[in-house]
Amino acid sequence: MRRPNSSLRNTAREVEVFRRRSLLAALIVLVLIGVLAGRLVYLQIFEHDVFITRSDNNRIRVEPLPPNRGLIYDREHRILAENRPTYNLTMVREQASEVDQTLKRLIRILDLPDAMYDTLQSRSRQRQRPFEPALLLSDLTEDQIARIAVNRYRLPGVEVEAQLMRYYPDSRIMAHVLGYVGRISQADEKRIDSGNYAGTHYIGKTGIERFYEKALHGTAGVRRVETNARGRILREISRTPPKPGKDLTLTIDKDLQEFGAQLLKGKRGAIVAIDPRNGDILAMVSTPGYDTNQFVNGISSKAYQALQNDTDLPLYNRAVRGQYPPASTVKPYMALDGLETGVMNPSDTIYDPGYYKLPNGDRKYHNWLRWGHGRVDMHRAIVVSNDTYFYHLAHELGIDRIAPFMHKFGFGEDHSLDVWGASDGLMPSREWKRARYNKVWYPGETLSAGIGQGYWLATPLQMATAMTVLANRGHWVRPHLAKKVGDREVEPPFSDTPPDVELKNPDWWHLVIDAMQDVADKTQATGPGREYTMAAKSGTAQVFTLNKNQKYNAEELKEHLRDHALFSAFAPVKNPQIAVAVVVENAGWGSKNAGPVVRKLLDYWLLPRLKQEDRPGLLDQPVQESTQDVHD
Amino acid sequence: MKETWSRWIRRSRRRYQRFDWATLNIDPWLLLMLLLIMAGGLMVLYSAGGESLLLVKAQALRLLLAITAMLVIAQVPPRLMMSLAWVFYLGVTLMLLAVDVIGAHAMGAQRWLEIPGLFRFQPSELMKLAMPMMLASYLARRQLPPGWMDLIFCVLLIIVPVGLIADQPDLGTSMLVSASAVFVVLLAGLSWRVVGVCALLVAAAMPLMWFNMHDYQQQRVLTFLNPESDPLGTGWNIIQSKTAIGSGGLWGKGWMQGTQSQLEFLPERHTDFIVAVLGEEFGLVGMTLLLFAYLILIWRGLYMAAQAPDTFGRLAGGSIVLTFFVYVFVNVGMVSGLLPIVGVPLPLISFGGTSSVTLLAGFGILMAVFGHRKMSPR
Repeated sequence: MRRPNSSLRNTAREVEVFRRRSLLAALIVLVLIGVLAGRLVYLQIFEHDVFITRSDNNRIRVEPLPPNRGLIYDREHRILAENRPTYNLTMVREQASEVDQTLKRLIRILDLPDAMYDTLQSRSRQRQRPFEPALLLSDLTEDQIARIAVNRYRLPGVEVEAQLMRYYPDSRIMAHVLGYVGRISQADEKRIDSGNYAGTHYIGKTGIERFYEKALHGTAGVRRVETNARGRILREISRTPPKPGKDLTLTIDKDLQEFGAQLLKGKRGAIVAIDPRNGDILAMVSTPGYDTNQFVNGISSKAYQALQNDTDLPLYNRAVRGQYPPASTVKPYMALDGLETGVMNPSDTIYDPGYYKLPNGDRKYHNWLRWGHGRVDMHRAIVVSNDTYFYHLAHELGIDRIAPFMHKFGFGEDHSLDVWGASDGLMPSREWKRARYNKVWYPGETLSAGIGQGYWLATPLQMATAMTVLANRGHWVRPHLAKKVGDREVEPPFSDTPPDVELKNPDWWHLVIDAMQDVADKTQATGPGREYTMAAKSGTAQVFTLNKNQKYNAEELKEHLRDHALFSAFAPVKNPQIAVAVVVENAGWGSKNAGPVVRKLLDYWLLPRLKQEDRPGLLDQPVQESTQDVHD
Repeated sequence: MKETWSRWIRRSRRRYQRFDWATLNIDPWLLLMLLLIMAGGLMVLYSAGGESLLLVKAQALRLLLAITAMLVIAQVPPRLMMSLAWVFYLGVTLMLLAVDVIGAHAMGAQRWLEIPGLFRFQPSELMKLAMPMMLASYLARRQLPPGWMDLIFCVLLIIVPVGLIADQPDLGTSMLVSASAVFVVLLAGLSWRVVGVCALLVAAAMPLMWFNMHDYQQQRVLTFLNPESDPLGTGWNIIQSKTAIGSGGLWGKGWMQGTQSQLEFLPERHTDFIVAVLGEEFGLVGMTLLLFAYLILIWRGLYMAAQAPDTFGRLAGGSIVLTFFVYVFVNVGMVSGLLPIVGVPLPLISFGGTSSVTLLAGFGILMAVFGHRKMSPR
């Protein structure tokens, strides 16, 4: 546009200019509207998928629905672990018109100390969003619930909320079998599918609760809810219900377990009882026990310290983690080894002067009876638990023939199916010693091994397992705790079951079992008045070393240096129904101190279950007179 | 019977043809488009306001008042408007000063004048009309196209009220007022060379403007450049509105089915961001219809302005129409993420009284200009 030359008003030209400019403006408007339209096409057509997803994410929240944990029963369907509804008091701040007033009323209604006011006040504010329930009080009593119910109308926004919490009715005797659940820790987070555990507060920490965690837990459900921008739930869109965890039926017999715990009351010890026919673990006792319920909602550090500092080590599962020298309880297996390898014939005898000397050595390896048992054959060696005979046998066999044979009975390895945290024990061998200490194996160490001492360590579970194999005349069943997972029976054969122990001459089983029957008959604690046949072997394990974390205390030290009493047995001899191993720590002689436990336990279990064929009429025969009591 | 019907129809048609809208100074096209947009707007508002009939009723009442105002203004002769433009302009400027001194505060800004017990209103809204009228009135008396001296005088007329409005602070309104002024000058035929020089000057002044902006205004611009930087703060609005529009797709989620808006993710969903509700619930189809309606309205408006018999009418009318378009462009542009967030309502649809009244009053002026063309000599 050039400046007009004329000073006159040129209306036509003005109109012309305006029309041109407004036409230009109209075109610009068109273009810009086109730009807007293009933008909308871009957002609504090309980017539509992105935004529809974003919009769904915006409004739809996925909420987990935690599954109910499976219950645990014993073999007779008696409850061992249940979910107890606990009642918590919550408050939705948004719904409580006057929070202060309501809290004050609450304190009056529940007779709480006035000092609670500040606590409740801060708890009511713990949730950031005013429509989320804040936890005021947990585990309400019936009385409290009733009082709240009556006064509900005066307590706007206050709710009683039910929550399921694990509860162990027989916590102390079942502690080591069941283990416990606890709050999910950071370490747990790493091993779980976080999606499946969203909304779940507890997870199996030890024992059965841990081993069968997956089955017990179940599968979390989800519900999709529509929320507004402030997160308030407006409606439920869909719901996938959770699959509750499977109930677990254990092989444990609660009564037997309880009885076993009674027998070991006040002592440190362990009992493992197995049904040799199928490997069912009937009882697995470790004393002292502890109350697992206090672990469920988080044990106080003070209480936990107390448990940890307890010199009786209640947290320690002696039945499956306690490693003891199996001592003389291994003599039957040693005898079998001797027979199988042909080193000894049943009728071979040795002369026992009270000690054994290695062929080129001066050192005397003493029999427990200092003056010796004189001439002993295999039967007598087992019955009187003659050490010299087994020193000789061990020396003849050598560790290279002992260790592999003992492996066949489960020593040195955990063969249990589902016992969480079971130790392997230790079956020493030449290779093991080289790997462990980089030292050669000495012949003297073979002698120690021959009587179940030295490096040899076994758990009560392993001792009972070995006894099971012996009772079955070599047939293996893996010991297990679960009888049913949900509706599915847990039954042998299990995979990885060790091969049956086969002897060149099956009669050798009877030879050894015969001797063990003699042991049972001649032992004061197990012999007299028994209505069923029993094969047994006692043991007394020497305590060589002091536990590192034990403090020096003259009284305690003395006690803790005493021998452990061991006793394993099975019965009835012909068709065994139960094999058992008992360890009583620092109790002294096995036959005297662990034997009665076994006898009472077997009486308790077998007497109601005895069939006529199992009753040999032993009662009619007097107990054989013997100048000396059988000994380990 | 049949014949009676057809006769009646024929007679009605003739009667209609004889009926001269122009005698009432009403443009039927403009009125029709306005009513269509407003009707659609009320529908969207019903949904956006959480199905509150109260909100719709209030808005309908205001629109009714605004239409009445429009029709009344349409009867005022443009000559009178031109001669009173000075008075109007001065009066509104004084009110703006008064706002600065005694105005009511709301939301951190000082925009309202309150007449106790009666009502409160924003004088800045009136300036949207006063400014183009003032400039049109001034330039109509000058020789066109405007020279440098005219331009400088115009800038002076612009700067005072715009400065006062920007100080409230109200970036949106000051921008719209400036735009309306610029349109007058441009339509008056300001040489493109001068326009180029001015554009360069404005560009040079940009950094200065930046440092004079309020923190929140700066924040808005920064957020516009990168909305994800503050997704829960200033970026929230733009993310949510884009999500609303984008998730609408071609056909939309259906009336009152927009999850973004119904679930309160969308802020200011019944005022400045209402177009996002429309985009979500009626999709691209709905949006295109709306833009098309606006386009027809603006074209018709420009045509009417071009038909105006005098310079004042042309300039004021043209400016009013183009300013109306700025509303549309800025609002839709900001809600769809093309432009930074500026408080500009969607004309005739956003909930709010003053802006509807001002807009329709503007169309009243346009109708007056168009309708009075036959009475004045060409």
